[in-house]
Amino acid sequence: MAERCALLIGTRKGAFVLEGDRHESTWDVRGPLCEGWPIHDMIVDPATGAILAAGGSPWYGASVWRSHDLGASWTQSSEGLTYGDAESAPRLETIWSLTPAHGALYAGVEPAGLFRSDDGGAIWRHVEGLTNHPTRPQWQPGNGGLCLHSIVPHPTDNERMWVGISAVGTFETRDGGSTWETRNAGVRADFVPGPPPEFGQCVHKLVMAADGGEHLYQQNHCGVYRSTDGGRQWDEITAGLPSQFGFPMTAHPRDPQTVWTIPLNGDDKGRYVPDGSAAVWRTHDGGHNWIRAGDGLPRRDAYVGVLREAMAVDRLDPVGVYFGTSTGQLYGSDDEGRSWRLIADQLPSIWSVEAMVLDR
Amino acid sequence: MTAETDRPTVTVVLPRSLTALFPGTPLRCAARGRTVTDVIDDLELRVPGLRDRLCDGTALRRHLNIFVAGQQAALSTAVQEEQVVHVIPAVSGG
Repeated sequence: MAERCALLIGTRKGAFVLEGDRHESTWDVRGPLCEGWPIHDMIVDPATGAILAAGGSPWYGASVWRSHDLGASWTQSSEGLTYGDAESAPRLETIWSLTPAHGALYAGVEPAGLFRSDDGGAIWRHVEGLTNHPTRPQWQPGNGGLCLHSIVPHPTDNERMWVGISAVGTFETRDGGSTWETRNAGVRADFVPGPPPEFGQCVHKLVMAADGGEHLYQQNHCGVYRSTDGGRQWDEITAGLPSQFGFPMTAHPRDPQTVWTIPLNGDDKGRYVPDGSAAVWRTHDGGHNWIRAGDGLPRRDAYVGVLREAMAVDRLDPVGVYFGTSTGQLYGSDDEGRSWRLIADQLPSIWSVEAMVLDR
Repeated sequence: MTAETDRPTVTVVLPRSLTALFPGTPLRCAARGRTVTDVIDDLELRVPGLRDRLCDGTALRRHLNIFVAGQQAALSTAVQEEQVVHVIPAVSGG
């Protein structure tokens, strides 16, 4: 039976919307959209059905694009996306992430900060509590900049949320963003001497498992981790993977023990898939064991990377998994990541992937 | 001097990459103001959001250039009646 999906692809040179049957290799490609702007993230707003795309133009600054017709027409706005006009206020460079939460939308930006919209993405307001955290003057950027890239809302408690910032770590709020606490215990930071600090860890991607709200996973610069207490303590689950280093991670929408990641060869080795052989790794037992799946992916000479936002799942059964490479290849799996097929081969450098089910 | 003559009318020439963000906005617009900032504020009344694309807070965006009567200008530059104001993206990107 055909299962039509749309894949929302953010790239270095515009947004793309691909429509097709997830069991097939041929998809209709529309783009570049959003006037070819660099797009870091795309989402579907469940409150309105709109597609949103976020990024920043080198000429015109950062903005959030919205489409209510699956990408046929767009409007954009950055009203309120500012740290203010004061001489000392940092200039907002770009938007790295968008996340819906309990009817609102959140945007993570560079330099790191969080913004909230209550009108579908037209007007934004700064969540000042995070910027006012006492550690803020000591935050240091990672290689990609000082970016707030992961926004993880609690599934039922709208006062709780986690964010991931490179290279600062994980924070949690329990009061709707007024105050935040670091959540990095147990996470290594090999690039600083001494024992792991309270903050300064280089979280690459933070995701939530499907079972409630205390169960988190993260792909970090220095390993893969799991927490079952809302990030108060992290346990390393890197063993069994070919590398501790990687960017993307995504969680199964129903099975809390299953996540997917794409290890890369190392931060100082080119950041390619190990040995030029592409593979997606998954666990079905919370990280105790990892399974490699490369069927349908390049087995050799594939010097490709995959960035933090460039992997996604649909909500179908079995779950579809999709990822895009920094060299423009897009792959999909309709069997929960066991086998793969090429969907598109010559897109611009892919920065984000999102899947939405159109009909069944 | 009347209020009207105190606010000269200029022609602003906008780049296609900018008008594309605001469907229906022409490439050449008439606007009033005594300075470039005034002119942008006048355009903002008809094209909400335009100012954010041109300015980062109180400064002109880093990779945009503005010319008044062919001379590179700043936001504070004064404009005269019937002058042409060009907004031109810098040669940057990749």
